[in-house]
Amino acid sequence: MFRFLLTRISLVIPTFIGMTLVAFFLIRLVPGDPIEALAGERGIDATRHAALLVEYGLDKPLLTQYGLYIGRVLSGDLGRSIVTHETVINEFLALFPATIELALCAALFALLIGIPAGVIAAVNRNSIFDHGVMGISLTGYSMPIFWWGLLLILFFSVQLGWTPVSGRIAVIHFIEPTTGFLLVDTLLESDKAAFWSAAAHLILPTIVLGTNPLATIARMTRSAMLEVLGEDYIRTARAKGLSPTRVVALHAFRNALIPVVTVVGLQIGVLFTGAILTETIFSWPGVGKWLIEAIHRRDYPVLQGGMLLLGVIVMTVNLLVDLTYGIINPRIRHT
Amino acid sequence: MTAITSKTKIALLCTLAIPAAFSVSNAAAKTLVFCSEGSPENFYPGINTTGTSFDVNSQIYSRIVEFERGGTKVGPGLAERWTISKDGKEYTFFLRKGVKWHSNKNFKPTRDFNADDIMFAFDRQWKESNPYFKVTSPNHSYFNDMGMPDLLKSVEKVDDYTVKITLKSQAAPFLANLAMEYAGVQSKEYADAMLKAGTPEKLDQEPVGTGAFMLVQYQKDAIIRFKAFPEYYAGKAKIDDLIFAITPDASVRWAKLQKGECHVMPYPTPADLDTMRKTPGIKVMEQPGLNIGFLAYNVTKKPFDDVRVRRAVSMAINKKSIIDAVYLSTGIAAKNPIPPTQWSYNNATKDDVYDPEGAKKLLAAAGFANGFKTDMWAMPVQRPYNPNARRIAELMQADLAKVGVTVEIKSFEWGEYRKRMQNGEHQTGMMGWTGDNGDPDNFLTTQLGCDAAKPGGGNVTKWCYKPFEDLIKKAVAITDQAERTKLYEKAQTIFKDQAPWFSIAHAVQLTPMRTEVIDFKQSPFGRHTFYGVDIKE
Repeated sequence: MFRFLLTRISLVIPTFIGMTLVAFFLIRLVPGDPIEALAGERGIDATRHAALLVEYGLDKPLLTQYGLYIGRVLSGDLGRSIVTHETVINEFLALFPATIELALCAALFALLIGIPAGVIAAVNRNSIFDHGVMGISLTGYSMPIFWWGLLLILFFSVQLGWTPVSGRIAVIHFIEPTTGFLLVDTLLESDKAAFWSAAAHLILPTIVLGTNPLATIARMTRSAMLEVLGEDYIRTARAKGLSPTRVVALHAFRNALIPVVTVVGLQIGVLFTGAILTETIFSWPGVGKWLIEAIHRRDYPVLQGGMLLLGVIVMTVNLLVDLTYGIINPRIRHT
Repeated sequence: MTAITSKTKIALLCTLAIPAAFSVSNAAAKTLVFCSEGSPENFYPGINTTGTSFDVNSQIYSRIVEFERGGTKVGPGLAERWTISKDGKEYTFFLRKGVKWHSNKNFKPTRDFNADDIMFAFDRQWKESNPYFKVTSPNHSYFNDMGMPDLLKSVEKVDDYTVKITLKSQAAPFLANLAMEYAGVQSKEYADAMLKAGTPEKLDQEPVGTGAFMLVQYQKDAIIRFKAFPEYYAGKAKIDDLIFAITPDASVRWAKLQKGECHVMPYPTPADLDTMRKTPGIKVMEQPGLNIGFLAYNVTKKPFDDVRVRRAVSMAINKKSIIDAVYLSTGIAAKNPIPPTQWSYNNATKDDVYDPEGAKKLLAAAGFANGFKTDMWAMPVQRPYNPNARRIAELMQADLAKVGVTVEIKSFEWGEYRKRMQNGEHQTGMMGWTGDNGDPDNFLTTQLGCDAAKPGGGNVTKWCYKPFEDLIKKAVAITDQAERTKLYEKAQTIFKDQAPWFSIAHAVQLTPMRTEVIDFKQSPFGRHTFYGVDIKE
């Protein structure tokens, strides 16, 4: 196990270097620079432009800039935003809980509906339920997030008035962030009304962000279950007279979990990508919206730092997913 | 608003049974919610460059002089009066006494506002030796762009409540420049305290101003809460709490406005306007904006060095169809280089008549009987003065094809687009301008002056015409507005005759709001300020 961990962590290093390279050079391939982005229609004269490039260290050769950047990253300094002048890590830490709260709710939504739907569809193969689940999941998979989000807002918020339109909590609630997770912070302040408001604000973004992973998980669970249900040991279990529920829940489902867990791990990346659009539609103050804004304004430090931090998180989650294989199926040994 | 709150609550109880109040409540205090479009860059207007940041900081800070609410006229601010020397170079400001500063958890002021704060406001942006010059950022964009470093000779404290500013040359727009947001005054005492504590950046993160509202809470990309400052020198605001609910998407802002989750929203989508105007409980305020969108002919490139070609192209484009198709109901035809809300607008100017046959004849006279090929640059982004440059370019392309001119539409990434146009790489290209200070010079010198025609300058037509330049230079050196108006009117006549641009339109400023909102005044500069605004009980 320890050796497995070491091997996996050693693989993380080249991935990390690759990420820094992509984060650093990709944004610089886009024409323009942060100084011009700030200047607007009035433009900026060449002398001031050059002076400001020097001030921000953007006048140096690219490789030198990259070397300096890596040096700072290794010492834990991700730099400051060129637009807000706040440290990247502070901005990330202030916004990340909102993204995590939304991603966790979306993941729960996708898992709690996707897995049972996939299992039931597999057990009742070719039934109306099966076709229904597969049809709906295909629709969910193809649904553009922006369109889906606006549609839900117009229907549930504007027409029916059931849910709030956007934001994390009604403006009447004044909650100072303690953990940054509003569901937790409102409970810590024992403010029930604020808690329910935060929960209600989560409904639509959770559905929008969770739809795509839900569809993927449902389809993957169904196909994994179908494969397992055809195995000899399932037939044996049935021949031994075990109840159908016991066969499905204990024998089939556990064995079908490994591909499902892999997909769930990969969905973390999908959730972060989806969060970028979902956060923009629902005015959700998370890192997705923050990164989009940074692209528009060529805010190099924010983009580099944000991509790096998100990349590290996705890598860590995938590492944890790999480790769970051994727990799900003891025959898999991490040696 | 109370009715909306109740309606929302009933809907909730009947359906989700969630005891949350989503809508704005004003039971105890009068709260106004503004669905703003983004987060501020920071809380120091001296380095801000976006309207989003100015909207926030203009609530917090005051300036030495102020624009009247909803207008461009400059009036008293932190200075209750001022005198100007006969040569127009010395400005003496007599400061208001008893102006209080906000306070926050880091700082409790021990003194009122005085001349030291004005000195600090100038020194911080002007002198590199000031310890705050580089704090947060050394990029004092507007201070530089308004030409302050070249204009200022000295700023002196005469006594605690008198400041004398001496200019190197006469500059009529100087007072208007001081009323702009970048000139917001910060507390010198707070700055010193933060420097001593080793946290100078807090000055720009946890702001202390003398404005009508003080900052209570800021959560990036989520919410900004203000409280009316009870000791504001002009009297407490009519509302008690002001909330900016940050909502970047225009369709979502509109949904929130309909549902009563906010009272006022900026920048609606033109396609939503008809519905907005018909929706009960919503009103849409509109006025021509202080802006202009235009097609610039690069006069340094053939064939646009010939005024006949420029006039012919202008005659061949159907302006009305562009405004109808692209601006919808949000644009009015532009005939001058300044908008009609700008004083000195020359209403006598005759606009180009759409006349393709006349255009053909003029082209033939210029030696282009068979037309010619040209590029036409279209910006890739929506701007306040141009909702869809690509579509406009396509319409112009079709019009010009009728007179034998073949147009190739080009576009670049926005930053690159501006840079290349400012370097004069185009033959024709679309650009525009939004006024900063309500002075005609801010349009004419920055967009059509000879200095700005140099490579990298904002004059993208690269037109430097001495008779025009002489008039605008003369106008900026005198302070008498009637005299200046005459000069600018003549300048506009020359502009029209020489046709360096095809002036397209002035975008109308639109501010949808709930009918409960009283006495909101639209700012010609596109700002959203809430002092003086009230809400019906």
